[in-house]
Amino acid sequence: MGVLRLTRTALAVVLGGALTLLFLDFSGTIHTYFGWMAKIQFLPALLAVNVVVVAALILVTLLLGRIYCSVVCPLGIFQDVVSRISRRVIKRRQSYSPEKKWWRYSVLALFVAAIAAGLGSVMALLDPYGIFGRMAAQLLSPIYLWSNNFLAYMAERTDSYLFYHVDVWLTGLGTLLVAVVSALLIGYLAWRNGRTYCNTICPVGTVLGVVSRFSLFKHRFNTETCNSCGLCARDCKASCIDSKNKVIDYSRCVTCFNCIDVCNKNAMRYGLPIKKKPVEDASESQVDMGRRGMLTVSAALIATATIKAQEMKMDGGLAVIEDKQVPPRQMHIVPPGAQSIRNFSQKCVGCQLCVTQCPNQVLRPSTDLLRLMQPEMSFERGYCRPECTRCSDVCPSGAIERIDTAQKSATQIGHAVWIEKNCVVLADGVFCDNCARHCPVGAIQMVAREAGVADSPKTPVVDTERCIGCGACENLCPARPFSAIYVEGHCMHRIV
Amino acid sequence: MSDNKNKIVRRDFLKLLGGGTAAAAAAFTGCDRIAPTGGRKTTAEVPTDSMTYRTSSATGDKVSLLGYGCMRWPLLATPAPDGNVIDQAAVNDLVDYAIAHGVNYFDTSPVYVQGWSEKATGIALSRHPRDKYLIATKLSNFGPQIWSREASIAMYHKSLNELQVDYLDYMLLHAIGLGGMDALKGRYLDNGILDYLIEERKAGRIRNLGFSYHGDIKVFDYLLSLHDTVKWDFVQIQLNYIDWEHATGNNTNALYLYGELDKRNIPAIIMEPLLGGRLAKLPQYLAARLKQQRPNESVASWAFRYAGSFPKVLTVLSGMTYLEHLQDNILSYAPLEPLNEQEFELLYDTARLMMEYSLIPCTACQYCMPCPYGIDIPSVFLHYNKCLSEHNVPASSQDENYRQARRAFLVGYDRSVPKLRQASHCIACNQCVPHCPQSIKIPQELRRIDDYVEQLKRETL
Repeated sequence: MGVLRLTRTALAVVLGGALTLLFLDFSGTIHTYFGWMAKIQFLPALLAVNVVVVAALILVTLLLGRIYCSVVCPLGIFQDVVSRISRRVIKRRQSYSPEKKWWRYSVLALFVAAIAAGLGSVMALLDPYGIFGRMAAQLLSPIYLWSNNFLAYMAERTDSYLFYHVDVWLTGLGTLLVAVVSALLIGYLAWRNGRTYCNTICPVGTVLGVVSRFSLFKHRFNTETCNSCGLCARDCKASCIDSKNKVIDYSRCVTCFNCIDVCNKNAMRYGLPIKKKPVEDASESQVDMGRRGMLTVSAALIATATIKAQEMKMDGGLAVIEDKQVPPRQMHIVPPGAQSIRNFSQKCVGCQLCVTQCPNQVLRPSTDLLRLMQPEMSFERGYCRPECTRCSDVCPSGAIERIDTAQKSATQIGHAVWIEKNCVVLADGVFCDNCARHCPVGAIQMVAREAGVADSPKTPVVDTERCIGCGACENLCPARPFSAIYVEGHCMHRIV
Repeated sequence: MSDNKNKIVRRDFLKLLGGGTAAAAAAFTGCDRIAPTGGRKTTAEVPTDSMTYRTSSATGDKVSLLGYGCMRWPLLATPAPDGNVIDQAAVNDLVDYAIAHGVNYFDTSPVYVQGWSEKATGIALSRHPRDKYLIATKLSNFGPQIWSREASIAMYHKSLNELQVDYLDYMLLHAIGLGGMDALKGRYLDNGILDYLIEERKAGRIRNLGFSYHGDIKVFDYLLSLHDTVKWDFVQIQLNYIDWEHATGNNTNALYLYGELDKRNIPAIIMEPLLGGRLAKLPQYLAARLKQQRPNESVASWAFRYAGSFPKVLTVLSGMTYLEHLQDNILSYAPLEPLNEQEFELLYDTARLMMEYSLIPCTACQYCMPCPYGIDIPSVFLHYNKCLSEHNVPASSQDENYRQARRAFLVGYDRSVPKLRQASHCIACNQCVPHCPQSIKIPQELRRIDDYVEQLKRETL
């Protein structure tokens, strides 16, 4: 394997592996080291208005071609793995096919229109990083968590606290189905034809393709040694080499270096354009270029790495606990740091990274068609705990901006609403102040039903100006299946 | 339950370890009585003919010093179709083993084990000759809805039926003192049930009549004042080396209770000799002091020898879920080796040091359960106590072992108690409070623990 291809493969394995781990790890440790990998994804960085990353990615593409698609994009790496297996297993051959311009640009146009119209689900459906995230979070993560739970089971039996049990739950059926369908569809396309998705559908691929037409370093034919054998086209995942006419479609080339490796005539090189070179220098110059190319690639990688930021009572037994149900909310809730529902739905690519990281099982993908796959909050399984800012730490696209715990505890994302007929104080005639007791900002008070009556039952009142909408009251309310106090989301978050 | 599981696993582990390296284990660690040589017999050699018996001064009954408490029978993983939660096959094995090794006293109640204990105990015992066992049950008419004469008598007849017997050896007024004098009047006096039971004793369907006491001392004193007319055949009290002088909550020191019985020559039956297992799992350094004296004997054996060393004690009840516990306890009493002066002192010193741990005095008796809001009260307390004993309840983030202790507490909490059954869900409805024989202020304690958990989670200690 040539140096260039080896380097490309090694980088792809490292980045692909680490990115996958980001979605699997629930402890937050992997994120400390590799969190930046999600933040250098093209569309998330663009949505986050991360000028440095976007400029760097475009610069790298102008310099080296669509190397991004080969080593940074996890969905690209996934397709390469599938395509490689199919070429090995069923001895499939690639062949040149002309560019599907109409497809590419109409999908891109649809994508831009969806963003402009705030159709979060369409945007999320097409973004390659989002697609990969959903596949990892919905399909791979459960396997990882079950394995962890097995280790936790063993640890418990040896009195070790190294591993602990985590719940594996269906965060959203719709999103799971989308993940399954996209994995099957893209997997099938990759199995049959390599990078079909990247070069016909992927909006990021289309944009970078426009840039890479003008890149400095390119795969180039040495027309003097090339005998048009077609080996290069047979191994080209992007189907972009027209070996008969010795023409490469640079808008589709993902700079994988396979063609260079497979050519036994040294007729393919990667580098700057050469005016005129004697035939005997060809091999030497290729090695030179190879080395230079590699240096540039590592320089680019270092550049991106430096962007990294951060009835009769019997004794015993247990009462049956009915599961809580999601209350019908007028307005859904998005996490602190999202700024507003609009900001969130415009920027979220639905990658599910925050869903996999949420330790309290508050975040789950929406089932609403317009926001499908974009997370929202609900408090049946836990609440948004004051010490946690994990979702804001991991979000790559600026949908959830970084905040600290102090800001979070002062950010109003919604407010609590009391439902009188569900309250156990009145329904069961018992004392209860669990909502007031657990309110982290003291927004709930227990007030006598009848003023001035000494033993009047006390029911909660909510100070909506103080309430931050964390859901502690809703989660810890004893009323089931519907809590007697629940949170209504706010369109615009604000500091209280 | 999960805590019990841990216990058995640990025991099994010790057994395995002992099996593999028996000699080494015996010499260096004094593993749970599995040493092939040494001071005491191995579990394989639990004697069948050495049980210590006491003779009742009231009726002349010959009672084994170890009595079987039937409130902690092994449970099925999932209840049977008829709702029965008890693993009958396991109960049969335990009862057979107990009887074969000289145990003849079985103590149950209509409310134990979610109401299934009497039936299970009846099935297991009915497979043995009636003169091989003494059966004790209680008139557990808690709750005003069954204070009526008819309901109470129905409960008594149901007990006879469930236990498959036509007479009861021992009948108790159950947990008098809970609810004070009002409850006593409501349950036994105003409805004439006490007189009814005295008549039943005359008729021979009850051979011994007595009561068990927790809580308000006025009720205990009042019933003893009736001794000249009623003639109590026995009284059941809570006695162990902590409760001797350090009774918690509303409870009264065993020193006083035992003294009052001794004065009147009334046989004492002992409950909670281990305080719900707490005296089997002492903080490490306290356990080490006992092990130092008798390396081959369990920590629990000290508590049993303590209770057995009082001459007026007729039998000492233990709710044994596992065969290993049964074997260990038989060894403690087959025969009993009474404590000497120094050993008594060592245990009282242990009790004094235990008090410094501010453990929650829960014995996991399950009387408070089920909590209508689903909280697993005993498991929360057990976890907290376990962490206290293991020094995993840091007082401040500056503590030396803060990080490990925090993790052990929080990870362990989720393991011991499912999230939905943790203290954070306690609404302080107070329905559990009157049921607690140890008069623990359950909601306050749960909320104290919850506040602590919150501090650990938020790292604001």
